[in-house]
Amino acid sequence: MSIPAINIQRLHKNFGGVQALQDVSLAVGQGEFFALLGSNGAGKTTLISILAGLTRADSGKAEIMGHDVVENYQMARQLLGVVPQELAYDPFFTVRETLRMQSGYFGLRRNDDWIDEILHNLGLQGKAEMNMRTLSGGMKRRVLVAQALVHKPPVIILDEPTAGVDVELRLSLWNFVRQLNKQGHTIMLTTHYLEEAEALCNRVAMLKQGRLVALDSTANLLRNASELILQITIKSGVLTGELAARAVRQAENDYTIAMKSPMDLEPILAQLRMGGVKLENISLSQPDLEDVFVQIMGRA
Amino acid sequence: MIGFYTLFYKEMLRFWKVAFQTVLAPIITALLYLLIFSHVLSRHVQAYPGVPYIAFLVPGLVMMSMLQNAFANSSSSLIQSKITGNIVFVLLAPLSYLIFFSSYLLASIVRGLVVGLGVFLGTLAFYPNILILHPLWITAFAFLASGVLGALGVIAGMWAEKFDQLAAFQNFIIMPLTFLSGVFYSIHTLPPFWIQVSRFNPVFYMIDGFRYGFFGVSDVSPDVSLIVVLSSFLALSVICLILLKRGYRLRH
Repeated sequence: MSIPAINIQRLHKNFGGVQALQDVSLAVGQGEFFALLGSNGAGKTTLISILAGLTRADSGKAEIMGHDVVENYQMARQLLGVVPQELAYDPFFTVRETLRMQSGYFGLRRNDDWIDEILHNLGLQGKAEMNMRTLSGGMKRRVLVAQALVHKPPVIILDEPTAGVDVELRLSLWNFVRQLNKQGHTIMLTTHYLEEAEALCNRVAMLKQGRLVALDSTANLLRNASELILQITIKSGVLTGELAARAVRQAENDYTIAMKSPMDLEPILAQLRMGGVKLENISLSQPDLEDVFVQIMGRA
Repeated sequence: MIGFYTLFYKEMLRFWKVAFQTVLAPIITALLYLLIFSHVLSRHVQAYPGVPYIAFLVPGLVMMSMLQNAFANSSSSLIQSKITGNIVFVLLAPLSYLIFFSSYLLASIVRGLVVGLGVFLGTLAFYPNILILHPLWITAFAFLASGVLGALGVIAGMWAEKFDQLAAFQNFIIMPLTFLSGVFYSIHTLPPFWIQVSRFNPVFYMIDGFRYGFFGVSDVSPDVSLIVVLSSFLALSVICLILLKRGYRLRH
């Protein structure tokens, strides 16, 4: 069995009385596309910061490709590329200078062929000689991604890389990251766009208040989700009784009703008929990762 | 070595890209000091026998500029990087504590020396006949003193979390130490109490030893000054490395 790309055992981290991480353990295999999900303040960035060596855990162990992030920090950092959440840049330098320096920090000289390839893949080729401070927010975000990739790390962590960026960047970024994953790079991703995680990631971990509340394959999480979603648009009439309590109003005449199984459909329709409700539209959908997320977070 | 070279080069490029502010401005300030103090005091003060006051001022001003700029380089680079958040790119890299420290330190020394050389060349316009009796002592004190303040700048840059705090460090520690160290006077012209106080100021030994390199005259033996400055450098370097290893105010 190969060494996990990321191995976390019993991590604890406390910030002035606030438990940011409580006994978190998980392993990410090499080549996985892994999502780390949670609401704001759940501990995702703390976990990533510990892996990156930006934060020290109070107890527990974290390894990148078998190298302890504290004991063997140089090797661990050499194998890891991190796209930080904060939009940081050095206003003194151009995009190319920034990427050349980042290469140098990782011991690489004459890295321009790879830098050009990254610039091309991230749509930055026309910006290479521009000063960082002249770039738009989206372009700066692309440079952050490029900086994390200059040393071709086998493990890449993206901390909300698409926060506040346009659709074009999202698509080009995910295409590029998918391509890197196909080439064997392990990807760990945090995002608030759960449809992205569902489309890209084969496994998911969910954190709530510093605790790991779910860890499974995306397919299993979706399969085990207990509810189907019935969406109805009412043409005339009013929901009454038990149905009125169960239905969640989405728009003026649009409601969703959670069902345990398809067998629940007929009794609901019967109640609608008995109440004299006429429907304009009806659809039944499988839960997506967002629904699973809401369910798990509500339960945990 | 590539990591060291890159971080050092980045630090050099950082101050060189704004050389007007980081090199030219301090040179002009020091020359203004020379112009004003030498004009006002030359007829009233004789620090060393046979050494005109303007000549006495030159090494003091050169050293003061080196010290202030060596400190400013490492401290301002670190605080700016911390506040803008781009320190993360250095912290994410597999750079050892020693490489981190030595890159920032060497860039500070270089800036100190560049400004010092600029001030010295500028002073030649006002007093071209300056003596240089012991160039090796001059070189040794220039390197070590810039190193001491460069290391102190690393500590201040790590400690400070706001520009305010760094300004306080600069105004309440660095400025008094440099101004009360004999830049503009020989400590032997002070009352006995203040002579004793001056002997606890390490910057006094930097300036006194540096001045010895020019005139062959000093308030204390240059060997003593060298030992004090070298010890200060080693002590601050060890403190820097311990703080960096702990990630003091850099890694949380």
